[in-house]
Amino acid sequence: MDGIHDMGGMHGFGKVEPEPNEPVFHEKWEGRVFAMTRAISFTGIWPIDRSRSAQEKLPPDVYLSSSYYKRWELGLESNLAALGLASADEIAAGHALRPGTPLARKLGTSDVAGSLTRGSFARPASAPARFKPGDRVRAKNIHPATHTRLPRYARGRVGVIKAVRGCHVFPDTVAIGLGENPQWLYTVLFEGRELWGEATDPTLKVSIEAFEPYLEAA
Amino acid sequence: MTHDHDHDDHHEHGSELSEMQLRVRALETVLTEKGYIDPAALDLVIEAYETKIGPHTGASVVAKAWTDPAFRRALIEDATKAVQTLGLLNRVGDHLIAVENTPKLHNMIVCTLCSCYPWEVLGLPPVWYKSAPYRARSVNDPRGVLADFGVTLPADTQIRVWDSTAETRFIVLPMRPSGTDGWSEEKLATLVTRDSMIGTGLPKTPGEVA
Repeated sequence: MDGIHDMGGMHGFGKVEPEPNEPVFHEKWEGRVFAMTRAISFTGIWPIDRSRSAQEKLPPDVYLSSSYYKRWELGLESNLAALGLASADEIAAGHALRPGTPLARKLGTSDVAGSLTRGSFARPASAPARFKPGDRVRAKNIHPATHTRLPRYARGRVGVIKAVRGCHVFPDTVAIGLGENPQWLYTVLFEGRELWGEATDPTLKVSIEAFEPYLEAA
Repeated sequence: MTHDHDHDDHHEHGSELSEMQLRVRALETVLTEKGYIDPAALDLVIEAYETKIGPHTGASVVAKAWTDPAFRRALIEDATKAVQTLGLLNRVGDHLIAVENTPKLHNMIVCTLCSCYPWEVLGLPPVWYKSAPYRARSVNDPRGVLADFGVTLPADTQIRVWDSTAETRFIVLPMRPSGTDGWSEEKLATLVTRDSMIGTGLPKTPGEVA
């Protein structure tokens, strides 16, 4: 979706402000939200792109005015409610008002160490890759109203395939319950001037990680 | 100012925080009562990210690459496999990609769409990495972003920005600082900052850690 989360190239946000000696979590609740999200993810009830999608669907003013972990909390609540796992009235009450739904598994203390490794998103390919390194490709001018990982700034722009990263779970379908639908993933490199115009720093190049359905031959 | 004033300020600040504290606590209670989560497991997840998982792992990887040319080649070829051989992590997740700085090329990592970051080797990302200014500007004004970090690169250095738009994860292999001949891996690792592995900083010089 063409949401506020798709920030690449936007103006007006000001300077980047590094914080010296920054703690991992600034408040205790941030750690709890983080860990709860990991624990729910461990149950396998929804894929990571559904978490991203829930945050992207927050109203733009809420997205911008919420801290990173507040967005996690809001996204988690939203997905739990959408799947009927926990409702707003229960969160308001601070207690379960209905019994839980049985889930495939639950993150126990003995599972934590193993759960810290990233999952694999690579899947067997059902067709050969359409592009190879060196091919010129155009990022399609598409504007799906649902989750996608093709940033707006690349759409319609021509770049070069730099690497083929294998066949991966396709975020656009898995986020909305239409299955993993694995697709070839490429690193596509764009000249800065192709993206931002002639006034751009000539030393700049930007790459995106693009799924095959985002690309057409150029 | 008076003691009362200070107290009021503190109190107001505390109330603001407690709104999220209460909301998150309520959700944790609901999810626990429904049998979805175990709070003791949450404690361990938090402890791992606060005490075990962090940029020291990435720094060891970089220091190894600086001292061992075969490892450096393996790292560039397949960082997931190469980092696995160091035994720093139980298992390295898929699709870690190391990108190497040279005198002519500077790499920078961003995720414009959310905040994808190589957690396993760098820990959780700092607030600035997740902030709108960084996500917005790094792809069209990376030199401006570098200036915010006090970093200036030669005008003819190529800047290569990697937008982490899929499940591939990137770590920058910065250049080894001069004046470090004969240094051990352990000592070299003290020069490797988190930001140098994101591309918003450079490694420390020997003088900075002397």
